[in-house]
Amino acid sequence: MSEPLPPFQRFLDTYRGDVWRLISASVPASEADDCFQETFIAALRAYPRLRRDSDLRSWVLTIAHRKTLDAHRARARRALPVADVAEHDTRASAPTPRADARDEQLWSAVGALPNRQRSAVVLRFLADLPHRDIARAIGCSEEAARRSLHEGLSKLREVVPA
Amino acid sequence: MRNEKLQTPDWLERELRGGPAPAAPSEDAAAQAAARLAERIAAEGLADVTYASADSPFGTLLLAATKRGLVRVAFPEEDVDAVLERLARRLSPRITQASASFEEARRELDEYFEGRRREFALPLDWSLVGPFGRRVLRFTAAIPYGGVSSYQQAAAAAGSPRGSRAAGNALGANPIPIVVPCHRVLRSGGALGGYGGGIERKRWLLGLEGALSREK
Repeated sequence: MSEPLPPFQRFLDTYRGDVWRLISASVPASEADDCFQETFIAALRAYPRLRRDSDLRSWVLTIAHRKTLDAHRARARRALPVADVAEHDTRASAPTPRADARDEQLWSAVGALPNRQRSAVVLRFLADLPHRDIARAIGCSEEAARRSLHEGLSKLREVVPA
Repeated sequence: MRNEKLQTPDWLERELRGGPAPAAPSEDAAAQAAARLAERIAAEGLADVTYASADSPFGTLLLAATKRGLVRVAFPEEDVDAVLERLARRLSPRITQASASFEEARRELDEYFEGRRREFALPLDWSLVGPFGRRVLRFTAAIPYGGVSSYQQAAAAAGSPRGSRAAGNALGANPIPIVVPCHRVLRSGGALGGYGGGIERKRWLLGLEGALSREK
């Protein structure tokens, strides 16, 4: 018999930091709060039906990842075909400038990666998920997930100086 | 060297793991986002159980409610986590903190503790109480401010005249003490009997209500 589900508030307090980090690495600061709210509202709705032996952290980070993809899609729909580059640079619209220019450069490069590569990078290094869970979250094979991760990292190395 | 780039953590992987340097400390940002979320969940009625704390002369009480009404009042010495875990098991794990929605309950409790309120108008949820306990506690809820009754009378009212011990147990297990005034039920001879929150509190509450003269 596994542990019963913790009260939702405790679940929220335990994972809010990890969820926030994953989201703020994936979408502009102006969209982070919406993604965060949507993530936990979706989690709350599904919560009582969740299997008791579920890995709660991996579950909620996977939901958060889906919500960041929704945000990217919504932004793509809003953007006009002639919109300037800044519209596509996911970190460029952050209202508060980041302290560190290099950090800024890295994370705008992460934001500008193609969806699948960004997902792989963020799920691997911020969510700390194993390749199997990353593949499941992206909806591809484990090998394809490894490839996306590799491609994403290579691209970041090109853009951001060591 | 080149081939090992992905196997050994390097500068890029370290920086990725660190996440973006946040404009505000990210634990604060996450805590604020979580607080906004909890408010929204309460406002939109998305949780099955909400809870908040309330000040009292006994210390900080924990209040919990469902959409039907107040379902639990816990004394300060009860472990909050344990209380919430039991509520999660017995009612629903969709439990969130919701300070704002307990304003009315807090106000009524304040007034009661200051001697300005003689009865509570809060809706109650009896989900945590079995059928016999429910009959005992409903009878208890009808004992007027300043009055007392006995375990025997409570048992009789619940349809079990010989069940004063069972009635005592039901009162001791009252999940909504103070608001459902189980402190107004005494031994037949007038001795205080027991109290889930401790006998001193029972004495104090009866004193507040001016019901102690009968005991002496």
